[in-house]
Amino acid sequence: MTQLPPPSAKKLGLVIDLDTCVGCHACVVSCKGWNTENYGAPLSDQQAYGADPSGTFLNRVHSYEVQPDQGEAQLIHFPKSCLHCEDAPCVTVCPTGASYKRAEDGIVLVNESDCIGCGLCAWACPYGARELDAKEGVMKKCTLCVDRIYNENLPEEDRQPACVRTCPAGARHFGDLGDEESDVSKLVAERGGFDLMPEQGTKPVNKYLPPRPKDEMPEFDVLAPYLEPVASDGKGFVGWLDKALSSLPGGAK
Amino acid sequence: MSLDQPPLDTSPKVSDEVRKTTCYMCACRCGINVHMKDGKVAYIEGNKDHPVNQGVLCAKGSAGIMQHNAPSRLRAPLKRVGARGSGEFEEISWEEALTMATDLLRPIREKHPEKLAFFTGRDQSQSFTGFWAQGFGTPNFAAHGGFCSVNMAAAGIYTMGGAFWEFGQPDWDHTKLFMLFGVAEDHDSNPIKMGIGKIKARGARMIGVNPIRTGYNAVADDWVGITPGTDGLFILAMVHCLMRAGKIDLDYLARFTNASVLVNEDPKSEQFGLFLRDAEGQPQVIDRNTGKLAPWNGKGVEPDLAATHRAKGVTHRPVFHQMADRYLSDAYAPEAVAERCGISAERIRALAADLARVAFDEAIELDRPWTDFRGKKHDKMVGRPVSFHAMRGISAHSNGFQTCRALHVLQILLGSVEVPGGMRFKPPYPKPATAHPKPHGKVTPGAALDGPHLGYTHGPEDLLLDTEGNPTRIDKAYSWENPMSAHGLMHMVISNAHAGVPYKIDTLFMYMANMSWNSSMNVGGVHKMLTDKDENGDYVIPNIIYSDAYSSEMVAYADLILPDTTYLERHDCISLLDRPICEADGVADAIRWPVVEPDRDVRGFQSVLCDLGARLGMPGFVNEDGSQKYQDYADYITNHIRRPGVGPLAGFRGNGDDHGRGEVNPNQLDRYIENGGFWLEHVPENAAYYKPFSMEYQDWAVKMGFYDVVQPYIFQLYVEPLRKFQAAAEGIGERQPPEHLRERLKLTMDPLPIWYGPLEDDQVDLDEYPVHALTQRPMAMYHSWGTQNAWLRQIHGHNPLYVPTKIWEENGFKDGDWAKVSSTHGSIVVPVAHQASLNANTVWTWNAIGKRKGTWALDEGATEATKGFLLNHLIHELLPPKGDGLRWANSDPVTGQAAWFDLRVKIEKSAIPNEAQPAMPAIKSPVGKGPSELDWKVGK
Repeated sequence: MTQLPPPSAKKLGLVIDLDTCVGCHACVVSCKGWNTENYGAPLSDQQAYGADPSGTFLNRVHSYEVQPDQGEAQLIHFPKSCLHCEDAPCVTVCPTGASYKRAEDGIVLVNESDCIGCGLCAWACPYGARELDAKEGVMKKCTLCVDRIYNENLPEEDRQPACVRTCPAGARHFGDLGDEESDVSKLVAERGGFDLMPEQGTKPVNKYLPPRPKDEMPEFDVLAPYLEPVASDGKGFVGWLDKALSSLPGGAK
Repeated sequence: MSLDQPPLDTSPKVSDEVRKTTCYMCACRCGINVHMKDGKVAYIEGNKDHPVNQGVLCAKGSAGIMQHNAPSRLRAPLKRVGARGSGEFEEISWEEALTMATDLLRPIREKHPEKLAFFTGRDQSQSFTGFWAQGFGTPNFAAHGGFCSVNMAAAGIYTMGGAFWEFGQPDWDHTKLFMLFGVAEDHDSNPIKMGIGKIKARGARMIGVNPIRTGYNAVADDWVGITPGTDGLFILAMVHCLMRAGKIDLDYLARFTNASVLVNEDPKSEQFGLFLRDAEGQPQVIDRNTGKLAPWNGKGVEPDLAATHRAKGVTHRPVFHQMADRYLSDAYAPEAVAERCGISAERIRALAADLARVAFDEAIELDRPWTDFRGKKHDKMVGRPVSFHAMRGISAHSNGFQTCRALHVLQILLGSVEVPGGMRFKPPYPKPATAHPKPHGKVTPGAALDGPHLGYTHGPEDLLLDTEGNPTRIDKAYSWENPMSAHGLMHMVISNAHAGVPYKIDTLFMYMANMSWNSSMNVGGVHKMLTDKDENGDYVIPNIIYSDAYSSEMVAYADLILPDTTYLERHDCISLLDRPICEADGVADAIRWPVVEPDRDVRGFQSVLCDLGARLGMPGFVNEDGSQKYQDYADYITNHIRRPGVGPLAGFRGNGDDHGRGEVNPNQLDRYIENGGFWLEHVPENAAYYKPFSMEYQDWAVKMGFYDVVQPYIFQLYVEPLRKFQAAAEGIGERQPPEHLRERLKLTMDPLPIWYGPLEDDQVDLDEYPVHALTQRPMAMYHSWGTQNAWLRQIHGHNPLYVPTKIWEENGFKDGDWAKVSSTHGSIVVPVAHQASLNANTVWTWNAIGKRKGTWALDEGATEATKGFLLNHLIHELLPPKGDGLRWANSDPVTGQAAWFDLRVKIEKSAIPNEAQPAMPAIKSPVGKGPSELDWKVGK
C-alpha cells in the first residue's frame, strides 16, 4: 500500500460557491478540453455518437432538489471533482504507488505509467471522484491542473485550473487553503465553508460555500412606509401629483 | 511503497500558437483563444481582453472543438436525387451547384422577384444577407426574430429605444436589486452569469420570476413561480402599487418621458388619443416656468406632469393622467390578479415594496456632471439601483408585446433606465423607433427593392399592402394581422407558401434554420407541406435551396444544399450595422477569420452569396463593368460602404487610426486579428448614463457614426403609433383594416400597456387542457446544434418532461413512467420526471434535444431519437378553428411573434412505448455516422 506524505503546509484546492453556481457545466467541459489534450492519456468517449454515450470526465455537475421545512423547493447545483484530501484513502489503497499525494502542495495525482487500472482507488474514494478511462485502462482524476498552475509558458493570470478560469459566474476559487491569510481561506471563514462528508475522516482540502437562505419574506409591514397609498383613484392621484410636483426643485410656483 | 514522487513537467508547452476569433456555439458571441498544435485546433478558452466574456467561457464554447470536428459536417454541395424528405443526395461540384441556383433565381429576379422567399434563421450577418435580398428585389427576407424574441425587441425600441441583451444590460457594478424574468439562457449567456456572480459577490439581491426554478432561478434569493402568460398582469399590479403609493420618479418622468405630453381626449375628434403637436409637428407639454404650451424639447422647458390644456373645446391631458386612471383601477390591484398569476397579493405587495425601497431609499449618486438636451446642466448622476432583465419567457406569448411594454414602463416609472444601478443601453443603442428605417416592400422586376426590408411602422400608412389591401410579403409581416412585425415571421413562411396565400412562390431559399424540426410548429404538418405535390405531380413549393454546415433535419427537405463552413473556418463580422456585441461602457465589434482552412469542399455562405449576387448581376454585387464586386465575404467586410465613412466594421478604418467613421482600410482585418479579433472604444465617462438625453453622449454618437445628427428623445410610455392603428380599427383614416380584425386591433393596439389572456386560452377548453407546457434551452446546448457534439450530448442526451408535484401525484407517476401529453392539435408520448421546484400547473422540457433518426451523424438508436422529443408536435402555427370560417395565427397580434409558450395540454399516464411518440421514419444520412470511440488529442 502507498504511504501519504506528512501534511504539507501548502494545501492547494478549490472553494466552490453553491450560492452562485448556476449549473451551466462550463467547468465540466473546459476541464474535459484541457485534460484530454494535456496530462496523461486523453479522456476518451465511448459510443460518442451512439445510443448510449459515455466518457471520462474529471469534474461533473450534479443537481439536487431540496425541500425545506417551509417554503418552496430549491434546486442546488453541485459540482464535484477530486477534493485532494489530506487523508486520501485513494492513495493509501493503491497497490503500485501510482496514486500519490504531492509533498509540496498536497495535490493528489495518478502516475499513469504505474497505474494497472485495478480500480481500488475509485472504490476507496467516498466521493466517487475518480473515473477509469475505458479506452486507456488507467485511472483519471482531477489534477488541479498541475500542468497549468505552475506553467511558465502561460501568462501569470492564467496559472489557475481550467475550471476556475472559465467559470462564468465566478463560483469557483483556487488557492492555498493551508494559508489562513489567502483569499480562499478568508472566503471559507466569512461564508461558513464546509467539508464534504466530514464523517468519512478524509479531511478534504476543497471546501464548499453553502447557499444563502432563500425566499425570506420581509418582516416589515409592507404598507408602511413603502406602499402607503397617496391616492386611490386617478382624480386623487392628480391632486397628490400637484402637491408632489411643487415640492420638486423648481416646482414652487 | 516509498514516498518518491515521479518526475513531472509542470511547465509543458501549451500550444504552438494562439489564434483569437469569435465563438459561434450560441448567439452570445464571446471572444475565444484557439490554441493550435501542428496546425490543428487543440484547445479553446475565453479571451480575457474581450468585452463580452472577459475570459470566461461556457460549456458550449469550450466544446467548440467537438463542433468543429463533428462527423455531421457536410462535405460538398448536394443535389437531391430521391424524393424530398428521403435524404437521398449526390455530391456535386460548386460550379454545378451555383449554376443550378443561378438558373433558378435569374428568371425569378427578371419577372417576379417576390417569388423568391429568402429567410436566414440564426444568421449573424443580417445586414449583409438583407443587403443581398434587397439587391435581388424580393420583399421576402427576414431572419429568425419572429419566432424568437421580437416582442422584447420591438416593445423596447418603441418604448425606450432598445431592450435587453444586444440593446442593454443591468448596471452590474451598481445595481442592488436585480429582477430576472424568463430567459433563454443563451441570450447574453456569459454576461448574465458574470453579472449574477458580481451582484452575489457584493451581497446584492436577485429575484427570479419564472414558472421553473432551474439555472439562474435556482440561485435567485427569491423565486416567484408565476403562471405562464401572466407576467404582464403581475407587472401591472406592481405598477398599481407603486403609483398608488407615489413611489415613482416624478422628476425623471417629467423630464425624460412622454408622461408630460398632452393627449387629445375628445372622442369625437379625428385626433382622439393623439398628441397635441405644434406647427413643426413636435408634441406639446405645458412648461412649468410659464404655464404655457411648449415643445417637449424646447430649451429650458420644464415639462409639467399635472397641468391640462383646453383649446377649441378639446381637453388635452398629459399621458400621466391616463396612466393614473388606468393603473390605479382595482382591476390591477394585487387581490384582483393574485389567483390568475399564481402569486399571493401579499407577495406582490412585498415585491413592489422592495422595488420602491431600493429605488428610492438606496438611491446612489455619481459625481459626474452632464447636460441634457434642453440645455439644463446636472451636477451629478442619480441612480435608482433596481434593474431587470427578460427575454423569451415573457415575450413568446400572444400577449408578449404588451407584457414587454409593461416591463419597460415599470422600469421607467422607477426612474431606473439609463441611470446608475439601473438598466443601461449598449451603444449604438439607444435608438428610438423613429431613428430606424420604415419597412420596404416595393418590387420592381429586375431591380433592387426600394429600401431595407425590416423596420418600424408608425401608422397604417407604413404597412406593406398592395392596392387591394393584401399583404406584400409572403409571411404577411407589416399587414393588419401583425402591424409591427419588426423581424418578419419566418415561422409562417412554409405554411403560407404551401397555401399560396397571399401568393405562390417559386423558390424557398433558407440558411441555418432547422425549419423541418425544432424551429417549426406543427412538425408533421410542415413535412407534408414541404413534400406535398400538386395535380401535375410537381412540388407545391417548387424549389428549395438550403445552406447549413451540418446534417440537420432540414437538409433532407431541400433540393440543393450549399454546404457552409464551421465557425473556425470562416470570415464573419459582428457588425454595429447588425446585432452588436457592445457593452454599456463601450462600443465594440468583432470578426471571425479562418483559424483553420476547411478540409472539405465547403464555402462560407456569405462568400457564396457574393458569387451568386455577381452571377445574377445584382446591384451592389457587380462593378460597373459587370465583374464580381466582392471576391468573398472578407472582401465585402473590408470594402463595403454603407454610408459615407461607415462600413461593416467600425474599428481601424482609414490608415488604421480612425474609429467609427473613416475610409476603407485594406488592412483592416489584419488589424482586427492583431487586436485579438475585436475592436473596442470606451464611452466617455460623462456620457455613460442618460444616453438618450445627454448631449455629451449624443455628440459622441454622431462622431462615432451611429447616426448622422444628434437625435435626443424621450421615452414613450404612451406609444402613439399603436394608437394610430387602434384609431384605424375604430374607423378613422383612409387605410382601414379588414372587418374581422377590427375588434382585435382595438384591444391589442393599446397605446398604454395592457394585459389580456393568451389568445389560445379563448379557443381551448381549459377544463380539458388545464396544464401549461413550456420549453427551456439548457445552458450547455444551443438549439439543435449541441446534439452532434460528443461532449455536450453526454450532458443533455435526452429530455424528460418535468412534472410538478401536484400533477405527479394526481397521475400516480413513478420514476421511469411515461405520459401521453395532448393539446388540441396533437399528442406525444414521452418519459416523465418529477420536479418540485415548479409552478403547480406547468410542465416543461429542454428544447431541441429530440432528434430525427438519421440526422446529425448519430446512430439511429441515439437517445435523442428514441427518448428525446419535441413539444413542437403539440403546437400549431394556427389557433384552433373558432367557427368564424377563419384560421388565426398562433402569434402575437402586434408583432407576429410565435406564441410558443401559450401552449395548453392535458397529461395522462401511458404504457411504456418502445420509443417516444410520434416516431418518424429515419432519414438517409448524407454524411454517414460518427466514429464509435473518441480519444481526442492533437498534440504529441
